[in-house]
Amino acid sequence: MELETKIYQKENNFRIGKLLKESLADIVSSRFLSFQLAKRDIQAQYRQSYLGIIWAFITPLATAFVWIFLNNSGTVRVTDTGIPYPVYAFSGTLLWSIITESINSPMSSTNGAKSILSKINFPKEALIVSGVYKLLFNSAIKVALLLVFIFFYGIGFHWSLLLFPLAILGGVLFGTTLGLFITPLGMLYKDIGRMIGFGLTFFMYITPVVYAIPKSGIMKTVMEWNPFTPIILTARDLAVGMPPVHLTYFLIVIACCVPLFFIALLFYRISIPILVERMSA
Amino acid sequence: MENEVLVSVENLSKKFCKDLKTSLWYGVKDLASGLSGNRNDRGLRPKEFWAVKDISFELRRGECLGLIGHNGAGKSTLLKILNGLINPDAGKVTIKGRVGALIELGAGFNPILSGRENIYNNGAILGFTRKEIDDKVEEIIDFAEIREFIDMPVQNYSSGMKVRLGFAVAAQMQPDVLIIDEVLAVGDLGFVLKCFKQIDTILPKTAIVFVSHSMPMVSRICNQIILMERGEAIFQGVDVGKAIDKYYARFTDNDSNVIYDDGSLSFEKVELLGASSFHKDLPQLKWGEDLKLAFKFNIIACEEIPFYYISIFDKEQRPVAILETNTMNSKIFKNKNCIEFIVVHKNLQLSKGVYSVNISVSKNKNKQPILRINGILMFQLIHQEESWPPFLLKADYTDKRT
Repeated sequence: MELETKIYQKENNFRIGKLLKESLADIVSSRFLSFQLAKRDIQAQYRQSYLGIIWAFITPLATAFVWIFLNNSGTVRVTDTGIPYPVYAFSGTLLWSIITESINSPMSSTNGAKSILSKINFPKEALIVSGVYKLLFNSAIKVALLLVFIFFYGIGFHWSLLLFPLAILGGVLFGTTLGLFITPLGMLYKDIGRMIGFGLTFFMYITPVVYAIPKSGIMKTVMEWNPFTPIILTARDLAVGMPPVHLTYFLIVIACCVPLFFIALLFYRISIPILVERMSA
Repeated sequence: MENEVLVSVENLSKKFCKDLKTSLWYGVKDLASGLSGNRNDRGLRPKEFWAVKDISFELRRGECLGLIGHNGAGKSTLLKILNGLINPDAGKVTIKGRVGALIELGAGFNPILSGRENIYNNGAILGFTRKEIDDKVEEIIDFAEIREFIDMPVQNYSSGMKVRLGFAVAAQMQPDVLIIDEVLAVGDLGFVLKCFKQIDTILPKTAIVFVSHSMPMVSRICNQIILMERGEAIFQGVDVGKAIDKYYARFTDNDSNVIYDDGSLSFEKVELLGASSFHKDLPQLKWGEDLKLAFKFNIIACEEIPFYYISIFDKEQRPVAILETNTMNSKIFKNKNCIEFIVVHKNLQLSKGVYSVNISVSKNKNKQPILRINGILMFQLIHQEESWPPFLLKADYTDKRT
């Protein structure tokens, strides 16, 4: 039997094709590991809690309620959204929370595995994949709740709803790609993580999360250029059965994300040894 | 096939940075240079030092390399490079076959989950498939001897139980190259023995790199050795015993310390008579020579000649022997101020190594201690034969039964 040979040296074999092949092979070979890691984290999370899955959607729900209250009480007047405002606000905050969670996921998975990373050699891609599994699990709960809202407010079933999970997947891909690029630096400097958290709260207000894009003005331009916009809007339009106006931009963003995701994955793969070196056990 | 080289390390070096902020900034630079293929030569940047410097060795199937050295000598860093956790700054490692690492046992355990669930977590990280674990789970539980508690959350396990479970999972690996760090130190004796039995069974099929501070274990399983200091190999070869001697000689801590003193007697000096040679300040005796120790004590308030218990410890502070105590008839010189005597043990048959002498003085036999001093004297015993047990007893072989 031919033994697998590993070579460790300073120089990287920076041939994208070969690296990508190795990376993908590792993803395939570590299917069980990524699944097991996700299962472990989900089990542990719910076993030590009575409220359990409520925590998955309590934040977006609360944000949505604040805006619903602000709107109903007349404190803040949002422009007409075309669908019942509670559905608009709640779908917005839910989708937003899925995207922000995706952005944070690679970094938190890597951080959580610090102690293993510095001791055991395993396919690091499994951490990312397990992060995606966890995201999908949490998203599924949120989507189920969104469906309740959609039917409760009488919007009812549209065939486009079946495409909604695809839009969610797009959002997860978009967020994870962003998160992957940030992770190596974020693992070195704590500032990065804080900046992301800070930046995202700001970004939420230039994205049509709880209010629609205004008809005119500087905000209209900013919001239309913002790459978060097509993801939120397209997903929401599909869910409530409106024509997805921003579909083209959505497809462009996703099409860019696919190659970027793999580049980010390679960057992550190369970075890990440098990060492990600077990690405490 | 039997003698193929599984691990080949050529001029391996690794540097670390002493300052955190600088280290992080270098990290950013390394991330950038990692993208460009990283071909330029690396020297030391400010505030950096070599944690591992210019290490080379080859290891074949069935061989075991011992890595010894003081804390911070670079052993664990070397292991991390071998394991592929961090990249070297110079040199090259080539490893063939499946690599198993016993660096941390029970990696990936989640404290909330039960032992059984954590077998799957740990197994997955070590690279097992679900089916492999399904097949082996009962065997693992039996090996760890914790069937009774297997469905209890791991956070309620004792540290020894966790290590047992972790080792039981790791023991299922069938690696071609096995890297062992100081992990087996925890756990009770029975379990440690079990671990070594397990290692013995896989040794013939495996190349092992073994890091330990326990010289008995090193001398037991290693047939090659590297003694590291400040990242460099200061001794390398197949002479395990010599490396262990050198390792021990690095301990300069041969200060004596007074454990107990009631103020009636003070220790003046001790001398090893008839030492055949000296290594630095360490007197050396040849095997089979007489051990002659000359003691002098000052009397502060001591009427009678007390009893002396002189014991010999090896370098790992294990008691090896005790000399008979003095009796009423012993020829011990005593005047108003001091007590002097020479104690002789003929034909010393301790095996080769460095020993220290402790003394305990009591007023009556075994009662009322008045003075205890550890490490009042160190000496080295020389013999060409390396032997692990503390005594090398003179033996004649004959074919006659009388």
